[in-house]
Amino acid sequence: MLTALLVMSLGAVVLGAALGWAAIRFKVEGDPLVDKIDAILPQTQCGQCGHPGCRPYATAIAKGEADINQCPPGGEEGIRKLADLLGREFKPLNAEHGVEKPKSVAVIDEVTCIGCTLCIQACPVDAIVGAAKQMHTVVAPLCTGCELCLPPCPVNCITMEPIGESVETWKWKYPVVRIKAAA
Amino acid sequence: MGKLFDFHGGVKPQTHKQHSTREPIAVAPLPDLLVVPLHQSIGGTPHPLVQAGESVMKGQRIGAADGNVSAAVHAPTSGQVIAVEPRVMTHTSGLPMLSVVIESDGEEAWVAPEPVNYRSTPPDEIRDQLRDAGVVGLGGAVFPSHLKLNAGKDMPMTLVLNGAECEPYITCDDMLMRERAQDIVRGGRIMRDMLGAGQVLIGIEDNKPEAAAAMRAAVAALGEDMRVIVVPTRYPAGGAKQLIRSLTGIEVPHSKRSTDFGVQCFNVGTAYAIHQAIDLGRPLISRIVTVSGNVERPRNYEVLFGTPMSHLLQLAGAKPDTDRTLMGGPMMGYLMPNPDVPVVKATNCVIAGSRALFPPSPPEMPCIRCTACVEVCPADLQPHEMYWFARARNFGKAQEYHLFDCIECGCCAYVCPSHIPLVDYYRFAKTEIWAREREKEAADQARARFEFRNLREERDQQEKTAKLAAKTAASRQTAEKRVAPKPSAIADARPAAIEAAHAEGTVASAPALSVDPKKALIEAAIERARKQREAIAPKNTENLSEAQKAEIAEIEARRAKIREMAKTHDEDASK
Repeated sequence: MLTALLVMSLGAVVLGAALGWAAIRFKVEGDPLVDKIDAILPQTQCGQCGHPGCRPYATAIAKGEADINQCPPGGEEGIRKLADLLGREFKPLNAEHGVEKPKSVAVIDEVTCIGCTLCIQACPVDAIVGAAKQMHTVVAPLCTGCELCLPPCPVNCITMEPIGESVETWKWKYPVVRIKAAA
Repeated sequence: MGKLFDFHGGVKPQTHKQHSTREPIAVAPLPDLLVVPLHQSIGGTPHPLVQAGESVMKGQRIGAADGNVSAAVHAPTSGQVIAVEPRVMTHTSGLPMLSVVIESDGEEAWVAPEPVNYRSTPPDEIRDQLRDAGVVGLGGAVFPSHLKLNAGKDMPMTLVLNGAECEPYITCDDMLMRERAQDIVRGGRIMRDMLGAGQVLIGIEDNKPEAAAAMRAAVAALGEDMRVIVVPTRYPAGGAKQLIRSLTGIEVPHSKRSTDFGVQCFNVGTAYAIHQAIDLGRPLISRIVTVSGNVERPRNYEVLFGTPMSHLLQLAGAKPDTDRTLMGGPMMGYLMPNPDVPVVKATNCVIAGSRALFPPSPPEMPCIRCTACVEVCPADLQPHEMYWFARARNFGKAQEYHLFDCIECGCCAYVCPSHIPLVDYYRFAKTEIWAREREKEAADQARARFEFRNLREERDQQEKTAKLAAKTAASRQTAEKRVAPKPSAIADARPAAIEAAHAEGTVASAPALSVDPKKALIEAAIERARKQREAIAPKNTENLSEAQKAEIAEIEARRAKIREMAKTHDEDASK
């Protein structure tokens, strides 16, 4: 009886020690769930979700503080991916946070621009170049289309232009399945 | 004659080659207007070198290569540039791309050719010459040739010249070999020497005996050590990997290139273009194009790039029921958005299509997993599995089944008993995967830039705070030094500060009893400002009229009054 107890308690101690060591040795840095959610978010950094950037929103989702349907640039596809990842039910985009728009880039009307640098300060990805009293311009490949530069512009010289399809970005359409004609 | 090897799969469709080989190559008449797209090869889009209104010579460079992975573009004829603008591209999408529109003057005036003696020129210069002559692979892939002509490093190279031309209807390489075999061999000689290749193999399908005979005669006439090898006719024997397998027995595995095994493969048309560019100094401005299909007089033409396809169809006499234009063959070709798109470097064949010639395929039926597609796949893939995953948009899985090793030869769709347009699914999946990769790259970039910006702002804030703190500390120190030279002399400094305040007059009766170094500092600053103000002499005070002087005096009086009022107000406030 005593031997059995000893053996069992010894086993418990050894296994406990092994588990405790493993918990320290293989500790996961950071929150992998936040990283996974962040990878799905479009990184527009537009703040339409009510958080100052995509990563804060990902953190809020992981903590359960925010819903998954607050990201207009991610659109329906993004919500579906988040729903899949988190094992939640799909829900349509919350209109409070905006509507899904075609991907666009900001274009500065260089004639109207007065060089106030306000848009440069507003751009979350440093995609606008220029200096005080000098003309500004948008580096189109870096622009995420977040529209954050529109409100600060005192002369309303920034417009959002939808990105058209080019030969490089053109995609083959999903093959249409023809339905067999009756008789 | 060496041993021939077999490649997996393949099909034997009707070749339809006899129609367009009856007559020799003809030079297509010069059209009035040529639309030359700048992006005609793999790699960067060349930069336009001309502007609307400029006149150009035949063979003049109009687009400079963008970086090394690109090839130049030249004016196909002399004339005037009437526009540099986006025009509908020779591409299924029908989207516009930057093109140079040239109105020909009919004179065909060449620029001075710059031939290069390849034997006495360093290989790097020959490569630059090829890039600037716009030489690209003319088999259809349009990969810049200069990038493929690097000498083998640690193994003897084998040069394979591809004259197999396995796709139905197309006979441009066949006719080129029949009529210009010696020039092809001369081009092959340059390539061989650049590659340092030990052997040169010329692969030709056995349905082109005239071409094989012409090539053999040319090789013998020029006394070169090249072997013309006839391979059995089986589609796609002309695929680069398939021909290399047939001729050398080397099977190029997934994610490897043939150069890793010491084999480099070029189309015979490319060899001809290299001869033209190096030996004659003439850039690539035209190619042989087969015009066939639903036309009265199928034939091969030497066509200038930029010639509208409709011009060729008209020459060949397209029948009235023609309802589509294909570029390339019926197996791998692309449907053109309209017949007016220009001939480009990739255009080996223009086929007029009609409902009678290419009847619509029967409706698509479900896949029955018969694996007929697996049996014919020359790339040893599992087309039916890739089809399932592409159809379900499960792109990760499709890639696991090596979707990107698919050469889109169309054998699988050709044999499919359910008439599934398999290649359409693969093309859809490939472009979709590329689009996703682009999006992911953009997102990663945006994330990195956003994080860096946050980091920078935080750092700036910290630096600002630290700087401010350092400045305050420093000025406090100097003030303490000035106000209280010795800690024991604080008592002496007290009246001194008060006196200083008195002297200023403005804050004469301020209760400056506590000698706070901060307050003393402020007072000192006020005094400095006052002195500065006084130091400014009024300008333009000479040669004033009496009236102006009176006006100034009046204003000064008013100012004094205001100052007096402010003083009493201050005194009231301080009481």
